[in-house]
Amino acid sequence: MNLIILIIFLTIAFFYGRDIEEKHLKDLRVRENSMKHLPWSSMGKKKVYIEATESELLFGSVVIAQDKFKSFVAAFINILGGRVTVYESLLDRGRREAICRLKEKALSHKFDEIVNVRLQTSTIGINKSKNAGGVIEVIAYGTGLKTQSEI
Amino acid sequence: MYLSNIESVPGKTVVEFYGVAQGSSVRAKHLGKDFLAGLKNLFGGELKAYTELLNESREEAVERLIKQAESMGANAIVNVRFSTSTITVGASEIFAYGTAVKVQ
Repeated sequence: MNLIILIIFLTIAFFYGRDIEEKHLKDLRVRENSMKHLPWSSMGKKKVYIEATESELLFGSVVIAQDKFKSFVAAFINILGGRVTVYESLLDRGRREAICRLKEKALSHKFDEIVNVRLQTSTIGINKSKNAGGVIEVIAYGTGLKTQSEI
Repeated sequence: MYLSNIESVPGKTVVEFYGVAQGSSVRAKHLGKDFLAGLKNLFGGELKAYTELLNESREEAVERLIKQAESMGANAIVNVRFSTSTITVGASEIFAYGTAVKVQ
């Protein structure tokens, strides 16, 4: 009886989770394409920006969870070892989302460039049950620069 | 107060150093929010209540960082960095630190 409930539950989690993930990836592709023109880099810490007129520290952050079907699969992979692809996709989605939000913030405040972008990831536990893994928080931050181009 | 995570403030020159300033914030989840987040957690996707919590927490850490830098007499913080850690189940810390300087 318990097994049947588990199977039903995992099936629902599988379909809902897949749906949410596909929608999210589609959304990310559209947003990333629309923000291609914004230059951003993870370097430039020691450079002196003579041409810049204004700067601000910008953030983008997200908390994202894995569906329970994938957590279940991951538990099996853990026994055998090897690449845990189900978590790789979670981390990828989280980081891309955080970077997208950082860029959106920069564009909405009319910054021309983001330099020294840094990503910070950590896991958070949600409840005390032992299979509570699969929730990550990502913060992306960088310095937004405005450059006067009319001179 | 100017904040940047590069080693200078663009358009300004650093005239004085004051040393490292820091600010941190520990936040735990709210029970009601946590219940909903727990349901959402079954199917994956973004947990909006937690993202808000993370944002509030980060803002508070930055506020405390700025307060400390102000008390040192600085008007800018350069090379700001963030660090996050999980202290216990459901509570997470955000720690912000940087170098307090005076710019002109």
